[in-house]
Amino acid sequence: MSESLSPEASVAAPPPGTSAFDALPRRRRTLPRAWRSPFAIVGAAVIVLWAIVAVFAPLIEPHDPLGQVAQAVQPPSAAHPFGTDLLGRDILSRVIAGSRISLPAPVMLVVASLVIGVVLGLIAGYFGRVVDEVIMRITDLVLAFPSIILAMIIVAATGPGIQHAMIAIIIVNWPQYTRVTRSLVLGARSSEYVVAGRLMGANWFTSLTRDILPNIASPVLVLATLDFGNQILALAGLSFLGLGAVPPQAEWGSMVYDGLQNFSAWWIAAFPALAIFTLVIAFNLLGDALRDALDPRMQERLQEGGAL
Amino acid sequence: MTASGTAPTRRRLGYPSGTAGRAGAHPLLRYIAVRFGISVLLLWGVTLITFILTNLVPANPVAAVLGETAMNNPRIVAATEHRLGLDKPLPVQYGLYLWRLLHLDFGTSNQTQQPILDDLKVAFPATIELALYVMILSVVIGLGLAIWAALTRGSVTDLVIRLGSLAGISVPLFWLAMVLFYLLSVVLGVLPGSGRLDPTLEPPPQVTGLYTIDAAIAGQWDVLASAFEHLALPVLVLTLYTLATLVKFFRSALLDVVNQEYVVAARAKGLPGRQVVFGYILRGALLPILTMTGLAFGSLLSGAVMTETVFSWQGLGQYALQASTHLDMPAIMGVGIVIGAVYIAINFVIDLLYGVIDPRVRRRA
Repeated sequence: MSESLSPEASVAAPPPGTSAFDALPRRRRTLPRAWRSPFAIVGAAVIVLWAIVAVFAPLIEPHDPLGQVAQAVQPPSAAHPFGTDLLGRDILSRVIAGSRISLPAPVMLVVASLVIGVVLGLIAGYFGRVVDEVIMRITDLVLAFPSIILAMIIVAATGPGIQHAMIAIIIVNWPQYTRVTRSLVLGARSSEYVVAGRLMGANWFTSLTRDILPNIASPVLVLATLDFGNQILALAGLSFLGLGAVPPQAEWGSMVYDGLQNFSAWWIAAFPALAIFTLVIAFNLLGDALRDALDPRMQERLQEGGAL
Repeated sequence: MTASGTAPTRRRLGYPSGTAGRAGAHPLLRYIAVRFGISVLLLWGVTLITFILTNLVPANPVAAVLGETAMNNPRIVAATEHRLGLDKPLPVQYGLYLWRLLHLDFGTSNQTQQPILDDLKVAFPATIELALYVMILSVVIGLGLAIWAALTRGSVTDLVIRLGSLAGISVPLFWLAMVLFYLLSVVLGVLPGSGRLDPTLEPPPQVTGLYTIDAAIAGQWDVLASAFEHLALPVLVLTLYTLATLVKFFRSALLDVVNQEYVVAARAKGLPGRQVVFGYILRGALLPILTMTGLAFGSLLSGAVMTETVFSWQGLGQYALQASTHLDMPAIMGVGIVIGAVYIAINFVIDLLYGVIDPRVRRRA
């Protein structure tokens, strides 16, 4: 993160008297400007922090996250900073262990939905006619179904388990990418560079992957960044309802559910819930900043108001 | 939604009914007919999807109905299979299912041993009562906050509203429900935290199934007060959650309009602020605002499942959750179809409003 900032920062504050060169760095403004927003930096920092925690989890955990290491339902203390849960397991260790599910799982969910959704959207938008109709009607159908009910049916049919919950989420999550990709392709496919490419003898595959895809990638990627937070919440929500992670597993959503069993022991639910909150808000801050930077209408607002 | 990128320009240029080739039909009526047809098709698709999904169950549905001892008797098993229609090929089963659905027969729940329609008659109004108050509150407050933020763009107020809505969409709803339940119900004891009524009170005679309305019709004021008390907490939780989503989208929809030339012109000619906001800004942003409201209703139904769990609210979400953990397939199919139908109906109404508000939409249909 600091690498992407430093060259730009030196350009942004030129030594006095070199005003003639001020216009030079204009072309590189979009992304670095987004990264300069304090919210984007905070968001990225929190995500990096959680990533470090997830990678080094076995080294950081003070206790075994699955082992009964102390008396049950102990409030936070020096030995157990986040307290212990109903079975006497150390909550700090479990929150750390939970990051190994709650960080990679949404990445897989978003990537899988993105790939399915974008491929279908490209096909629907580029070929049009019957293919478009069939794909978009299926998309409408899945969108007509409240996701959690569909997830419940799938989990009921396959049994609880984090993998089944993830399959359920992917099944309900790809259509939003298909819709956005399709509408972007519709806008791009009759533009001059695409037509020129076809006239130069490019086949449909080259046209789609070389000409269209790079030009519609950024809005789709912004959508994906904003989607991470939703998917963390969706997975935690299914686990909270008992449709995701199965008991001994340390997953944040099911840990919050443990807190529902014993209300007065606030720490059982509060720490995993705060873990979810910090990670989700970090992704949302980052996604918002990226969207504002890539949306040309927002550029002017960023410059004049600096609201973000 | 269905318009393709290469829509014939001659249709867009005017003379809708004449040049479109279907003489006679009023464009708005034709638009309504097309949208209605699409809704019916979608509803049929929903029944097909629920049927296919529930038939992928690896668990034996006969075993879910019968006990273990009865499972050892092949004759009882065969009789039950016949009774449930499981001995027929799948397409025939689907046809029978669809036929019964048309007669509002959702089958019998394996879990409660009651007709699913009767179960739904209790659970459905419970969730709708929640959703109704939440939507009214969120849209009214959300519009107010979004207008305030959009008009004072870049100010501290705007920043606070934006950060608040960002925090609202990032907090796990189920935990928010627990915190408010703990604070307001357990610690302060101001509001009741579970169920729809005081256990000492009888539900009002069912007219709509919404306790607040039924109690008002019957004139049972103590029941009405108790129903509102019990609604307060779950409605508060879901409103905070829905509000956060709506404010974020409403604000950006309004910002797209605020600097348009017609708004600047309205201001410049000295129209009072209220008239500019309601007559020009809100009107211009009405279509995206409607779309967002419809989408928010969908996510509200998902949120309702978790809120109902925390507050023991016997609504559709609780019913579906219990059905899915007990492999009660007919019941969960029923919930899926009812919620799918509500969702499709709301989108149909929104599409109609589009057509009424924006004449360009109905010409394209």
